[in-house]
Amino acid sequence: METILLFAPLVGAILCGFGWKYVGEVAACWISTGLLFLSALLSWIVFLSFDGTTEQIQILRFIESGSLSTDWAIRLDRLTAIMLIVITTVSSLVHLYSFGYMDKDPQWKETESYKPRFFAYLSFFTFAMLMLVTADNLVQMFFGWEGVGVASYLLIGFYYRKPSANAAAIKAFVVNRVGDFGFALGIFALFFLTDSINFDDIFAAAPELAETQLTFLWGEWNAANLIAFLLFIGAMGKSAQLLLHTWLPDAMEGPTPVSALIHAATMVTAGVFLVCRMSPIMEFAPEATAFITVIGATTAFFAATVGLVQTDIKRVIAYSTCSQLGYMFVAAGVGMYSAAMFHLFTHAFFKAMLFLGAGSVIHAMHHEQDMMNYGGLRKKIPYTFWAMMIGTLAITGVGIPVWILTLGEIPIGFAGFQSKDAIVESAFASGSMYGFWALVIAALFTSFYSWRLMFLTFYGTPRGDKHTHDHAHESPMTMIVPLGILALGAIFAGMVWYGSFFGHTDKVAKFYGIPYAEAGAHGDAHADDHGDEKAHGDDHGKEGEHHYAFAGQPGEGALYIAPDNTLLDDAHKVPYWVKTSPFAAMLLGFLVAYWFYIVNPELPKRLAENQRPLYLFLKNKWYFDELYNVVFVGPAKWIGSFFWRRGDGDVIDGSLNGVAMGIIPFFTRLAGRAQSGYIFTYAFAMVIGIAVLVTWMTLSGGAN
Amino acid sequence: MDNLLSIVTFVPALAALILAVFLRGDDEAANRNAKWVAMFATSATFLVSLFILSGFNPQDTGFQFVEEREWLLGLQYKMGVDGISVLFVMLTTFMMPLVIAASWNVTDRVKEYMIAFLMLETLMLGVFMALDLVLFYLFFEAGLIPMFLIIGIWGGANRIYASFKFFLYTFLGSVLMLVAMVGMFADAGTTDIELLLRHEFAYADFSILGIQIVGGMQTLLFLAFFASFAVKMPMWPVHTWLPDAHVQAPTAGSVVLAAILLKMGGYGFLRFSLPMFPVGAEVLTPLVLWMSAIAIVYTSLVALVQEDMKKLIAYSSVAHMGFVTMGIFAANQQGVDGAIFQMISHGFISGALFLCVGVIYDRMHTRDIDAYGGLVNRMPAYALIFMLFTMANVGLPGTSGFVGEFLTLMAVFQVNTWVAAVATTGVIFSAAYALWLYRRVVMGDLIKESLRSISDMTRREKWIFAPLVTMTLLLGVYPALVLDITGPAVAALVANYDTALAAAEAASQIASN
Repeated sequence: METILLFAPLVGAILCGFGWKYVGEVAACWISTGLLFLSALLSWIVFLSFDGTTEQIQILRFIESGSLSTDWAIRLDRLTAIMLIVITTVSSLVHLYSFGYMDKDPQWKETESYKPRFFAYLSFFTFAMLMLVTADNLVQMFFGWEGVGVASYLLIGFYYRKPSANAAAIKAFVVNRVGDFGFALGIFALFFLTDSINFDDIFAAAPELAETQLTFLWGEWNAANLIAFLLFIGAMGKSAQLLLHTWLPDAMEGPTPVSALIHAATMVTAGVFLVCRMSPIMEFAPEATAFITVIGATTAFFAATVGLVQTDIKRVIAYSTCSQLGYMFVAAGVGMYSAAMFHLFTHAFFKAMLFLGAGSVIHAMHHEQDMMNYGGLRKKIPYTFWAMMIGTLAITGVGIPVWILTLGEIPIGFAGFQSKDAIVESAFASGSMYGFWALVIAALFTSFYSWRLMFLTFYGTPRGDKHTHDHAHESPMTMIVPLGILALGAIFAGMVWYGSFFGHTDKVAKFYGIPYAEAGAHGDAHADDHGDEKAHGDDHGKEGEHHYAFAGQPGEGALYIAPDNTLLDDAHKVPYWVKTSPFAAMLLGFLVAYWFYIVNPELPKRLAENQRPLYLFLKNKWYFDELYNVVFVGPAKWIGSFFWRRGDGDVIDGSLNGVAMGIIPFFTRLAGRAQSGYIFTYAFAMVIGIAVLVTWMTLSGGAN
Repeated sequence: MDNLLSIVTFVPALAALILAVFLRGDDEAANRNAKWVAMFATSATFLVSLFILSGFNPQDTGFQFVEEREWLLGLQYKMGVDGISVLFVMLTTFMMPLVIAASWNVTDRVKEYMIAFLMLETLMLGVFMALDLVLFYLFFEAGLIPMFLIIGIWGGANRIYASFKFFLYTFLGSVLMLVAMVGMFADAGTTDIELLLRHEFAYADFSILGIQIVGGMQTLLFLAFFASFAVKMPMWPVHTWLPDAHVQAPTAGSVVLAAILLKMGGYGFLRFSLPMFPVGAEVLTPLVLWMSAIAIVYTSLVALVQEDMKKLIAYSSVAHMGFVTMGIFAANQQGVDGAIFQMISHGFISGALFLCVGVIYDRMHTRDIDAYGGLVNRMPAYALIFMLFTMANVGLPGTSGFVGEFLTLMAVFQVNTWVAAVATTGVIFSAAYALWLYRRVVMGDLIKESLRSISDMTRREKWIFAPLVTMTLLLGVYPALVLDITGPAVAALVANYDTALAAAEAASQIASN
């Protein structure tokens, strides 16, 4: 079943991409969509029936050389199962949505068949992504990793006539390659030290790595830290974290369904998945994970600030994605992998929905993307409005603070509420105040830009082209239905799976298949230590009765939680003001946005003029693109040119040819003769020459 | 069939002889006959060579299908293949029919053209099979002549300069090799490669003119061979003949040059340098590794700024050969496996890329990147194939280009992390130059008036690419096809290398005590 699930999208891609001429465009697209739905159905079956035991299915031999032995294989554990449903659900819905969105695309001429190509790319992407998450070793993962990169490249550059789309596609691929550079070195280091790149072997060797020193470049490093750091560089590229984030906003050049699928819900979360997958290494790499936390927190903050002032609807959501990925990395960095996966999971629903909703708006507005030309669309496209509203409520984290009302132990609220709060609480509990405050401030900004998007788009009076506004129309059912399904996820996913991702230790352990044990005498002592914290208010009444601790070895279960990592418990015990802070930030962000865009719409413009340097700084995305152009792109071309003309031309040819140049003209005159029909004489002369040399050699050698 | 190797080697030469002697006239019919004879001969060679592959036993690390005969002047004729050479033989026989098919539109001196390619095939096959120094040298050097003629006669405007540059560089390198061979014969008393592989060349340090030669005789012999193979590879900084040669060579010439001729250097390192002069190799390993790493970065950056498609791909070839030398001199299983894999894979990929250039060169008669743009609008099949090979060239997993790069980098990491880190940046640069080329040629709107009526690939062209596409994907997904054959032979090679070094180490310790 897992094999069918995995290869159905590939079959779909091939049939659709190469077979559409035989079966027709529409049939081809339906074939790929149908296979994707099959895949999604099987994924849900796998997810719901999964019992927590890791399963490995070998498919084919892959690279084998000496002690290196890798297979094409499926590793099915809880992490994989979560990713499977995320990928196939969003992908199948995006396929369906694309029937509507890609219909009669004005970028193409009437007679051109672009749809099968689009669907084939989407299906191919899904296949590569599935290969990534089902990998049982790092090479197969790298295959998926680069495979999704190619799919992303192809889809960003889908409108291949647009120069901006082509540039964005290359940028995405090359920047990702910078990340892959680190990822690859990480793999090499792992192989060097553990003689294997299969997960089971690596995980088993993790404690040993923590004790090992490795000489790498200029220094001696702790092996676990170094490897974790190198792998994370890969994750930074794929997940658009600060320093390697510049490709993601540009990637919005691709059609909107692509942005929803690849650049919001699935591919960009691969980095988070990688860090979680590598939890046995991460748990032994305190410095590297501290770095991950800082990068994640800074990204969350940075991207949110940039999102405040963008006017392109897709770019706002793109920066929002970047920022939310930062949240996930903070969770993974502090050691709450489960919370990272939780946010990854809920984020996939509401962010895909926001993108698809934005696509629906863009569709309605005849491919206008500037929010300054929207306004008052609420009545024109009501379904889209409600979908976007649910998405916004989810991403800003609307819910009921736990001290007011909970559903048993489950907080009540939209999906983003539970998962985001889980991360913020974990950050606080871990003691990373930088992480905590960055995330709370980012939550405020998130709320502001999300509501700003809503107000500018759906409220107020229509701005921009009147004709376009008058003809704004609701999207077809193929686009509305996916929105509806995702809306269910955005509302309920958090509440339904709260216990599994962020509940009590035993529940989480069971979910991931991690062995756990009742905390013994030590645990009781522990509970006493926390006695005064309980006084702050412990929302888990039963906590005193059942106290469990993770007791797995690295490689057992889908995640490894070190015995001294009690974050899950600690996070539940943070003070109420901490638990309420994201909520307060959200509320404040909403109020400010309301004041700026509903009450006093002239204010933002005045503020932008008053604070011009700051405004430009944010508007130009902290000038990262400009900086990189000056520091990397320009010099690379200059050095290339220099090497070519000076190095190859003057130095090498100059000196080596110096001698030869004296001889060449002589030969050239001879060659004139060779041209005029004497080639065989000439060739013959050469053979004779060589024969003479050889004879001399034999004879003189024989004389010895 | 105990003379299978000779049959495979000399069938093309026989066909060339038949063409030279029996084919008269310069009319349409004669040209057609010449093409068909060449096609038939190369295809037959390939089919017969399949017997070599099917009869080959990878577990046997010695030479197989060995033929040994007395020859003139007391020399011996000895041929054989092992796990290291057999795939190069297969690569050659596989590529040649495609090369002939790609030359179907040649109109100038067709008979001579086909003779040159057929002779070239015989000589290349001979290089990979020869088990005697003299025989090897003959094949190795004589191979220059047809290639020289192909560039010099059927090449572009500046072909004379390029052909002489090609000839002089490679020939001058070989002169040193010749001297070394004389020295080897003097020392070992035989020219039999099989025996030479078992001979231990002197490695005691000595000094010439006050310069201490670490590794003694072995180092000198190594350097002499290195001069020849490094030029052939080509390694930085003796690579500058390659871009010129490629640019001026006709498409089929470029394909052979990139796909097969460049592999002779790598093969030479594996057949001679590493196993025969292990101490010399070890002494110079840091130098070679750094030359490789520099080659990867340097030529990738140079490729980034090229305006000529063929030159760009030629520079990219140099970069890819950097991975090969790096892998070989990492001298461990992954490195050597990876190097061989990379050479085989590069044969398909670079061959295909030069064919891709040829496809549009045939239509527009320019290699200038700026003359193109937006080809995807009129040539979707071409765009697809070019895309595939561009991705293979940047080492995308799932294509054969990945496996070699991955293994060699992984291997060198175990030896020298600096070299590994520098060389790994190649994956970034290769993506940049390859995709940038693709964008400028294929992507964008079709606005150039001259391209308005350009036509997509013909059925013949598609059929030429089909086998290359198949191999690139097949080896990318199931590299065991290659690694199973090379594995045992490489393991033996590496083990011998390590044993020899350990013995030398022990001997020097005894000497110092």
